Amino acid sequence: MTKHLILVGTRKGAWIVEGNEQRSEWTVKGPMHLGAVVSHYVADPRTSGYQLMSVGSGHLGPSVFISRDTGATWTEAQKPPAFAAVPGAKTDTGSDAPARSVDHVFWLTPGHASEPNVWYAGTSPQGLFKSLDGGDTWQEVEGFNHHPDCLQWRGGDKDGTPDGPKLHSVIVDHSDKKHLLIAMSGGGIFESSDEGATWKPLNKGVAMDFYPPREDGSEYEFGHDPHCLVMHPVHANRLYHQNHCGLYALDRSKGERWQRIGDNLPKEVGDIGFPIVLHPRDPDTAWVFPMDGSGQWPRTCPGGKPAVFRTRDGGASFERQNQGFPQSQAWWTVKRQCMAVDNEKAVGVYVGTTGGQLWVSKDEGAHWEAITVDLPQIYSVEVVTQP
Amino acid sequence: MIRVFLPSQLEDYTDRLREVELDLQSPHGAAVTLADVIAALESRFRGLAFRIIDEQGNIRRHIAIFVGETMVRGLQVPVHENARVQIVGALSGG
Repeated sequence: MTKHLILVGTRKGAWIVEGNEQRSEWTVKGPMHLGAVVSHYVADPRTSGYQLMSVGSGHLGPSVFISRDTGATWTEAQKPPAFAAVPGAKTDTGSDAPARSVDHVFWLTPGHASEPNVWYAGTSPQGLFKSLDGGDTWQEVEGFNHHPDCLQWRGGDKDGTPDGPKLHSVIVDHSDKKHLLIAMSGGGIFESSDEGATWKPLNKGVAMDFYPPREDGSEYEFGHDPHCLVMHPVHANRLYHQNHCGLYALDRSKGERWQRIGDNLPKEVGDIGFPIVLHPRDPDTAWVFPMDGSGQWPRTCPGGKPAVFRTRDGGASFERQNQGFPQSQAWWTVKRQCMAVDNEKAVGVYVGTTGGQLWVSKDEGAHWEAITVDLPQIYSVEVVTQP
Repeated sequence: MIRVFLPSQLEDYTDRLREVELDLQSPHGAAVTLADVIAALESRFRGLAFRIIDEQGNIRRHIAIFVGETMVRGLQVPVHENARVQIVGALSGG
C-alpha cells in the first residue's frame, strides 16, 4: 500500500510523519537529533530509504548525517562541508577575509538521476559544495567558491540576513546534468552549463529596490535577494522564484527576462514571501505563501490571516486558498523549505509553519487541515511517496 | 597526565565519557600544546575535533576551552603535565 512520508526538519530536531494511502491518517515518529537545528531533511529519489539531513548545533558547528534505512539509524558524514583552510589567517571576524568557516549547511540537493552518489550542499556563509559518495565527504565547488568574482557576487559574509546570507535552491536540471542553478540570499541567481566550472548571473528583470538605482539606468547583474528558486520537474525551461522584491516567473522558451507575476497578487497581500512550489505535471500551476513584508518586515501572515495563493495560468492570476486555516489572529509564516507537494492525481500540498504546525491540503489547496500542531518551529518539509 | 573534561554536547562522540586522561609527549621535546590535546582526542573519538575547532583552526564561537583556570583563544598554548583542560559548551541560545 502506498505511504506518504513527510520529512520535517525543525529548529529542535527532525520528525517523520507517516500517512496512509488516502492521506487521512497520520502518525508522528521521532524525534531524531533532538535539540539540533535541522535546516534541511531530504530524501534521495534515486535510492529508496536513503536520506540526508543537515544537522547543526549552536555549539558544535555544522554537519551532515546520512540514513540508509528511512531515518531509523544515522551516521555522520566523515568530512562535512568546510571551506579550504587558509594557513595563518585570523578569522571569525565576519570580515571579507579569505578564510571562511561554514556556520550551517542550509540546503541539500540530490544530484542527477544518472549519478546516484552525487549530492550538492549550500551553506551559510554562502558556499557551494559537492559530494561524490552519497554525502559522506564533501568538497568545495571550486568553480563557484573560488571564482575570481565570487566575492563581488556574494558580498561580504556580514551582508545579508540577520542569521547569515545563505546559498540555497541548488537545482540540477533533470534534462541536463551539467546544468546547475543556485540562488544566494545575498547575491542573486546564478547558473552553470558545465557542471559548476563556470557561472553566470540570471537576474534580468528582477527588482533590487534595496539598492540605489544606477545612475545610467541599467540593471544590477547580481546582488539580488532570491528567497526560493524552483524549476519545473518536467519542463526545465519553466522557472519561478520568490524574491525579497517580489514574485517572478521565467519561461526560457520566450526569453531570458524574469516577469514579475507577483503584481497579480492582491495589493493588500503583496508579493513578498519565502516558499514556492510547483504542480508536478502542470508548469502553469504554482502555490505561494505570501507574508507581511511591509515596514520592518514582521514576517507573519498578512493581517494575521494565513492563506496560500495558487496560480493556474503561470502567474497571470491568483486565487486565495485559506479554507481550514485560522481566519484571524494567526501570526505564523512559512519558511522557504517548508512547502511541498506530492505526486497524487489530486496533488497534495503541505505547509510547515513557524508555529510548529504541519498542514495538508488533499485537493490542491482548496481545503486545509492540520496534521500536527505542536512541533518546534519548522525549517523544512519534504514529501516522499513510498510504494 | 593531562585530564580533559568534556561537555555534555560531545557525549555522542565520546561514548558518554565526560572525563579523559591523556598521557602525551611532544615529539620534539617541546611543550605539549592544546593542539596536541585536540589531536589526541580526535584520534580517540573520531569527528570530535571538527565539532569544537572549525576548518580555519579556530575554536568554535560557542565553545570555550580552559587550560587550568585560563580561557584560551588559540591552540598553540602550552599544556603542562598534570594540567586540567576543560571544554565548555557555552550556555547560550534558546
